[in-house]
Amino acid sequence: MFDTLLPYLLAGVSVGGQYALIAVGYTLVYGILRLINFAHGDIFTAAGFFMVYLVASVPLPLAIPLVIILTVVLGFVVERVAYKPLRSAPRMSIMISAIGVSYLLQNLMWYVTGGLAKQYPVLPGLSQTIQIGSATTKLVTIVTPILTIALVVALVMLINHTKIGMAMRAVSVDFETSQLMGIKINNVISVTFIIGSAMAAIGSLLYFTNYTAVTPTVGAMPGLKAFVAAVFGGIGSIPGAMIGALIIGICENLIKAAGWTAFSDAFTFALLIVVLLFRPTGLFGEKTTDKV
Amino acid sequence: MKKGNKRLIISLVFVALLYAAGCLIEHTAGTKSMVVTVLQKGAVYALIAVSMNLLNGFTGLFSLGQAGFMLVGAYSYAILTIPMAKRAAVYQYYNGGWVQFTIGVIPALLVAGIVAALFAALIGMPVLRLKGDYLAIATLGFAEIIRAIVQWDTIGPLTNGSNLLKTYPTLKNIMPGNTVLFTFIVVGVCIGLILLLINSTYGRAFKAIRDDEVAAEAMGINLFHHKQMAFVISSFFAGIGGALLAMYQGSLQANSFKSSMTYEILLIVVIGGMGSVSGSIMASFLFIACSEWWLRFLDAETVLGNFKVPLLAPGFRMVVFSVVIMVVVLFFRKGIMGDRELWELGSRRGAKGGRK
Amino acid sequence: MSEVKTNVPVLRLENITMQFGGVVAINNLSLEVNQGEIVALIGPNGAGKTTAFNCVTGVYEPTNGIVDFHGKPIVVNHPQGKMIKQYGGINGDLYKDRKPVVHTPDKITHMGIARTFQNIRLFKSQTAFENVLIGTHLRRSSNFLTATFRLNMKEEKAMREKAMNLLEIVGLADVANELATSLPYGKQRRLEIARALATDPTLLLLDEPAAGMNPQETDELGEFIVDIKNQFNLTVFMIEHHMNLVMDISDRIYVLDFGKQIAEGTPEEIQKNPVVIAAYLGVDEE
Repeated sequence: MFDTLLPYLLAGVSVGGQYALIAVGYTLVYGILRLINFAHGDIFTAAGFFMVYLVASVPLPLAIPLVIILTVVLGFVVERVAYKPLRSAPRMSIMISAIGVSYLLQNLMWYVTGGLAKQYPVLPGLSQTIQIGSATTKLVTIVTPILTIALVVALVMLINHTKIGMAMRAVSVDFETSQLMGIKINNVISVTFIIGSAMAAIGSLLYFTNYTAVTPTVGAMPGLKAFVAAVFGGIGSIPGAMIGALIIGICENLIKAAGWTAFSDAFTFALLIVVLLFRPTGLFGEKTTDKV
Repeated sequence: MKKGNKRLIISLVFVALLYAAGCLIEHTAGTKSMVVTVLQKGAVYALIAVSMNLLNGFTGLFSLGQAGFMLVGAYSYAILTIPMAKRAAVYQYYNGGWVQFTIGVIPALLVAGIVAALFAALIGMPVLRLKGDYLAIATLGFAEIIRAIVQWDTIGPLTNGSNLLKTYPTLKNIMPGNTVLFTFIVVGVCIGLILLLINSTYGRAFKAIRDDEVAAEAMGINLFHHKQMAFVISSFFAGIGGALLAMYQGSLQANSFKSSMTYEILLIVVIGGMGSVSGSIMASFLFIACSEWWLRFLDAETVLGNFKVPLLAPGFRMVVFSVVIMVVVLFFRKGIMGDRELWELGSRRGAKGGRK
Repeated sequence: MSEVKTNVPVLRLENITMQFGGVVAINNLSLEVNQGEIVALIGPNGAGKTTAFNCVTGVYEPTNGIVDFHGKPIVVNHPQGKMIKQYGGINGDLYKDRKPVVHTPDKITHMGIARTFQNIRLFKSQTAFENVLIGTHLRRSSNFLTATFRLNMKEEKAMREKAMNLLEIVGLADVANELATSLPYGKQRRLEIARALATDPTLLLLDEPAAGMNPQETDELGEFIVDIKNQFNLTVFMIEHHMNLVMDISDRIYVLDFGKQIAEGTPEEIQKNPVVIAAYLGVDEE
């Protein structure tokens, strides 16, 4: 029984870790701006395309950092152009802008790539097949959880032990007062997007090693699932986002193992509904009361 | 004659002229022409946009579930109207399917709306108690769940699983040669009803909820009851819109009712103006015209003399289009009409000076 | 409107305690407002006055205590769940055996309690007339179908006449078609009161109606409140900081400090009360 489940569990842990890296971006941005960055999934997709195109002209050891840098620049630019001008606008406007950015990015990617799926390059060190117990899988399955945990730990330490981290925490608790206290809001927000985009880029390296067909809409579903993971884990909690993502990744694959493949996606949304109804603050989130 | 009545009569005459123009265009350009396609699809999207505006723009409930209700309506219509003779072929993997009767087009349209409304009533109960963004993602989640369920193999005898639904009555065979008129009439009646609702005391209650929930509740407006009402009615018309979309497309597949469809409707509503029915109608036609018809030259690789014009290639049109949408979202947040109506322009309400 | 029994207080709070987490905002407050009275609730900022209003109107569920309206309980509660251990007030056992009664604010308004807000909450996209008109919605007998198909024309006409009438009474008929938020501040406050009156209340809760007004406007407001009280046979319960207004028109005053009632009486009594003076002005450090 364990033997039949093993490949699914491994896939679950692997994809869960990848979702976690994307989820971190959502939870950070939502914590600070109260914005669901609908475009985050498309930034993740763009990272995939960056690699596809870079590998054609640049050696791999250079391509990998370049992908991360380009993705970070993209995230930074999106924030400055599409979100910053709407900071004082009603919340709905900025969410609509995020949807607009998502729409634009998808159309842009379609235009540039011509709509055909591109093949993600093989990354040595990640694509090698290895044997775990009775299952055959790629090295990325081991690398992902380790890398994810390392990055999450590093991020938590940044948040809790550095000046910028403290600024981020302050802004996510009270936006206006933080500004009044002299915190440079623009920098904090930019750093948030930079970190989120960088994590998404790293996640893309791992994800597309497993699911090698890159299309303009390939990031939409992982993006949504990562968002659910962030909500499930508790918006504002980075470890929560990681745990939520791992749980989603594992459950999703267990459902496939049980033969209900058609519902593996729907499961995530059902989980979202349940969380929103019964425990909206998620596993590790903080409760906030609104004053009338 | 009272000013309001005069306005009403002028508006009705104007609308009648539009209908006549639509008919004329179809008879001269032909049912298969691009203009007619735009008029058909534009009208269908107009209804769906107005139904979404009722919920998002007039009641202030940011819901992203429209595609789900459209899907339910489309499928209800199609399933009930497939001709008996064709059922075995369509449901070939499911032994002819469970539904072994056929009803007329108009009753099927109504059923489409009612089924969508029922789904909304069920979903609304848990979901409408959520605030702002959480409502948005919960409705988005439900739309995705509905999409998965409709494709579920076990109810394949009902929905044909992930296979196409076809052979049901389409625009071409309901009123051949007058497809625009048929679409305009159905859409016109629906939008007319929505307008009547918005201008009634319930419409005012919706706007109160949008403006200030706390104050609305303090004035005796039961928030849940009214939100549920807006949600269910909006979904009813989204269901009919979905059915019309099915008629327009000629075949149906659940997978095409993704969240990106909801996003497009949302963008249309924003461009037209949240809280403006006339804005949504105009924006729908503009949107469809741009995405189906105009700007197509942007997609064509063009060579001028020896010089290949850069950028012009398939897909460029949509990029330009998306950029325009972003410009509207960033700089013209109120959209074309803001929260005013075309027929209010010139009255105190519609005047720029009266708005803050 | 329900029958008004003149011997039963219109509003009665009994042992109301409101606790948020570990903070006791209102501590065992009891008060009464009788038919036809204008009663004021005063006290330093943060004393818990608006919280008390919110407990009456259903915005908050008090942790403990009862609110009676025309003799019938509209709010009943006692510490439950986690609050049993956390409860920092007194009389926590008094209502243990009574079934909790809780209503949403719209139900409370239905029963006949209307309110205005400390920070004016008019409907931003609506004109003055439409704001008042929305206040008539709750007394409708139509449903969405009869309203959509215009089968309720008589009722709609009556609602519109009532709204226009109210605007005339408060002296805002000339600005009926102006956007509510474009009106000067003083008129906005009167509009909010007109909107509250449209709900056919027997009890009117005014939260700092004179906030931001100059002395002349405040005087006019005072006359206005007495006028409408008489015209509509109302009882008025108000929170105020403008002492002139309070002393001028109130029949009785309750003084709140740190969530507790520290004094009660007629304006003359309150003005001379040393506890009140100490709370507002502080005590000399000897």
